[in-house]
Amino acid sequence: MSDVLDRPDIGHNADDHLKVVGTRPIRPDGADKVTGRAAYGADFNMPGQLVGKVLRSPHAHARIVSIDAKKARALPGVKAVITGADFPNLADEFHEGGEAASNLRDMAMNVIARDKALYHGHAVAAVAAISSAIADEALALINVTYEVLPHVVEVEDAMAEGAPLLHPRMFTEGLEAKPDKPSNVAKRNRIARGDLDAGFAAADVIVEGRYTTKATHQGYIEPHATVASWAADGQCNVWSSSQGQFMVRTYCAKVLGKEISDIRVTPAEIGGGFGGKTVIYLEPLALALSRESGHPVKMIMSREEVFRATGPTSGAVMHVRLGAKKDGTLTAADVELKYQAGAFPGSPVGAGSMTALACYDIPAFRITGYDVVTNTPKVAAYRAPGAPISAFAVESAMDDLALKLGIDPIALREKNAVHNGTKAAYGPTFQNIGYVETLQAIRDTEHYRTPLGPNQGRGMAVGFWFNVGGESTAAVNINEDGTAVVVTGNPDIGGSRASMAMMAAETLGIAVDKVRPMVADTASIGFSMLTGGSRTTFATGMAVVQSAEKVIAELKRRAALIWDVNVDHVMWKDGSAWCLDPAKADEKPLSLEAIAGQSARTGGPITGQTSLNAQGAGPGFAVHLCDVEIDPETGHVTVLRYSAAQDVGKAIHPAYVEGQIQGGVAQGVGWALNEEYIFDRDGHMENAGFLDYRVPVASDLPMIDAILVEVANPRHPFGAKGVGEAPIVPPLAAVANAVRRATGVRMADLPLSPPKIRAVLDAKGG
Amino acid sequence: MSQLDYLAPVTPEEAVRALGAAGARPMAGGTDLLVQLRAGRTRPDVIVDLKRIAGAIGVRQEAGGFVIGAATSGAVLGEHEALVKAWPGVIEAANLIGSTQVQGRATLAGNLCNASPAADSVPAMIAARATCVVVGPGGRREVPVEAICTAPGKTSLSPGEFVLEIKLPPRPARASDAYLRLIPRTEMDIAVAGAAVNLVLDAQGVITEAHVGLGAVAPTALLVPEAGQALVGSKLDEAALARLDAAARAACRPISDKRGTAEYRTKIAGVLARRAAAIAYKRAGGAA
Repeated sequence: MSDVLDRPDIGHNADDHLKVVGTRPIRPDGADKVTGRAAYGADFNMPGQLVGKVLRSPHAHARIVSIDAKKARALPGVKAVITGADFPNLADEFHEGGEAASNLRDMAMNVIARDKALYHGHAVAAVAAISSAIADEALALINVTYEVLPHVVEVEDAMAEGAPLLHPRMFTEGLEAKPDKPSNVAKRNRIARGDLDAGFAAADVIVEGRYTTKATHQGYIEPHATVASWAADGQCNVWSSSQGQFMVRTYCAKVLGKEISDIRVTPAEIGGGFGGKTVIYLEPLALALSRESGHPVKMIMSREEVFRATGPTSGAVMHVRLGAKKDGTLTAADVELKYQAGAFPGSPVGAGSMTALACYDIPAFRITGYDVVTNTPKVAAYRAPGAPISAFAVESAMDDLALKLGIDPIALREKNAVHNGTKAAYGPTFQNIGYVETLQAIRDTEHYRTPLGPNQGRGMAVGFWFNVGGESTAAVNINEDGTAVVVTGNPDIGGSRASMAMMAAETLGIAVDKVRPMVADTASIGFSMLTGGSRTTFATGMAVVQSAEKVIAELKRRAALIWDVNVDHVMWKDGSAWCLDPAKADEKPLSLEAIAGQSARTGGPITGQTSLNAQGAGPGFAVHLCDVEIDPETGHVTVLRYSAAQDVGKAIHPAYVEGQIQGGVAQGVGWALNEEYIFDRDGHMENAGFLDYRVPVASDLPMIDAILVEVANPRHPFGAKGVGEAPIVPPLAAVANAVRRATGVRMADLPLSPPKIRAVLDAKGG
Repeated sequence: MSQLDYLAPVTPEEAVRALGAAGARPMAGGTDLLVQLRAGRTRPDVIVDLKRIAGAIGVRQEAGGFVIGAATSGAVLGEHEALVKAWPGVIEAANLIGSTQVQGRATLAGNLCNASPAADSVPAMIAARATCVVVGPGGRREVPVEAICTAPGKTSLSPGEFVLEIKLPPRPARASDAYLRLIPRTEMDIAVAGAAVNLVLDAQGVITEAHVGLGAVAPTALLVPEAGQALVGSKLDEAALARLDAAARAACRPISDKRGTAEYRTKIAGVLARRAAAIAYKRAGGAA
């Protein structure tokens, strides 16, 4: 069906009528989370469950010659041992998730290696045993014979002639001519417009740079965890922490060769995902172990396993060349992006390319992206996948351009800004965007005018994210006491329960505490795409509002029955039905509670359900301003002050929108300053723990001032745009630009850790 | 199947006997041992918990100095006013370890005997000229703190021996200390380099005694006598600070690893020594 209904006149397009949307009630899941009662993936248990553990490759690249599990199987207490041979071989099949398409064959081979282990930590076998200690002992008894192969970690090394090949039958896609030799470059994509040579020829100034970023992990606090049960009749139940129970169901069915109706997935509370829980790792292993053992199997990753075998996002090498007139008008841009994909194709270089110049109106540009496999964990989506990386390069170059021309960096962005009607670099024509308003919001801050002290610098950067819609189902069920339950299929990773309840309450005209939002299992609500792409408040929210509107239509019909009037003579307002029939002028309004209380006599339960494929998600623009202070003797960077403005369409729950912005900034600052995968010469990650993989702690960050700019998205009933991803796009460059202005030196290689900064200052002779 | 036993002796003698068993490991706060156990980096057969030994938790003043029981947590140390007043550098180093939660358990003795070159409290204890009371099958001995660690993860303790107490010496007037470390973050991190300085001044503010300890710049925390000597006789003028910086750097024998390059660590050791000296000098009543 269409995603837009004829909407009853409940006044929800005019803000001054809003009673719930735009307020800040306490989240429905808050008490459970702060008291420790919320049930996360590892909190679920089944009677008779076994402990499942994974044997992982000790080599970054190796042929698996043989696996001998006889001794492990013979160990008392071991109930099952599985290897890649216990799974069907799949053909290439692409599946569109919420963030990016996944090749199911690759996903299956990432879940458990077949003929080759492609990274240190790649799952090779798994065991189920009656205790954790026995499972550990069993892993040690599995004898795997490897033929160790040369490996490659860095993206440009993997692209080089003669590099060790991960997939000898992989040929680069997207070239003019089909290559005759296999390559680690899975794909080259290109977006171009205009005459690039003429553009650079017309430029008065040109800036150019090479920029690099390291692989970084999403860093969710909750490690992956699941309990799976494969019953004797083949019916499967899975409990797991993920960004989409339907995603888990689909992928498990494919990887195991099951029908979808045989698998029911119940979502646990999720302790952070940031895109990293849009794929599966443990669930098919736990199911196969349950099938083999006849018992439910519980599996929990350690933090070390999370680092070695899940996530991260790409490390990258980039080149940017910008040409501009003296007045700052961009004439040409040439952007080259090389992204690590990890062990299988599918880096976010496509999105990195599409977003790279999305904030700019440039007559001539070329963006070339390379998706490159490396002997590192297969990358997973990470909050605006690919966009922070390319934005780091482009926004660093823009800052150099501003410095070279002596132009205010906001003015430079304004001069080249996209507007409504501009054809975006990635194709579509922008409508209803709030980019220049967001630039203006930062210009208007007191922050922007505050003088800086010694060793301090102020950087700004902009960022773009598409936001998506997609398939969602929601149900609104009215209870006999007049309260309501809102049922959706989207795990709540960013406060979406609150926004669902608020949109339903606003539409129905009742108090938000009368609405209880639920995230249901796959058997209890229709299909929804996973929580990702900043889609839930937009798309699932649209389904909630439409379901509430169906409920209102039914409530009006029931009221008409009670009053014995034509339904056209019933109006819904402020949570009550009002009789407009002149012949029945004495009828008092009937509240939702009153109608619900007699629903049995008027036709039974009152419910509304909507399934839709939402289109028209409004893109998000973010403009960030960051002050840093450098300790010139140690190279330590302190983030002193941070302001982040963003066009959010309409903030359904402003506090949780601000929280999304602050969270994105926190992750981006960590990416800029200290987070990185460090590999030794054997391709082993050296810092697989939170001690040496340094996400920021609270005291590393100042209060982050979130500024909400509301340019409504007319496709959404309340004007909402996705908000969760855009805020991680600018911080890498905002921090780097602030460091540039504090030190006078452009640092183009992230992270900007203290030893690097001290070395740069020493080289400068400071 | 491996098995893990837990013993909680109540006297030092019982503890010595318990530690005589094969695969026995002493545990003070357990903030290193339990983490290593969970990560599979150590597989003891017996954990001998020292916390129930009489006097193991607590601080007593004795002969003008302080005696700190092996299982005394950082939180307890931080609340001991006389101790903080006398040895602010040692206590600030102890209180930097881990997080607030870890401070409820982490101990000086444990920090020392874990034998990490980057342990925060060890350079501070070394600069303070602290000693350890070691008990074992051969009886009791008292050794300087810097005699305990011999290499990363290795100590000079014989089988069955453990540190029962740490002693901080009496304080003259116009004396104080300070500890600084460099971490990429602001807390919950491990030192890339650390420096402790302990000073005694005369009535004119001239430094009469100075001790400098460095962490994370060699296989063990270092006592650097040349660095201390660089300050003696000065009022911490620029020249003295430059001598201190140079002496500290000269003593460094660091490795390059994921936490920092050898070159960076060496430079930072000098920077931190200078800054710690300035803090200690001011705390001791010297005019800044």
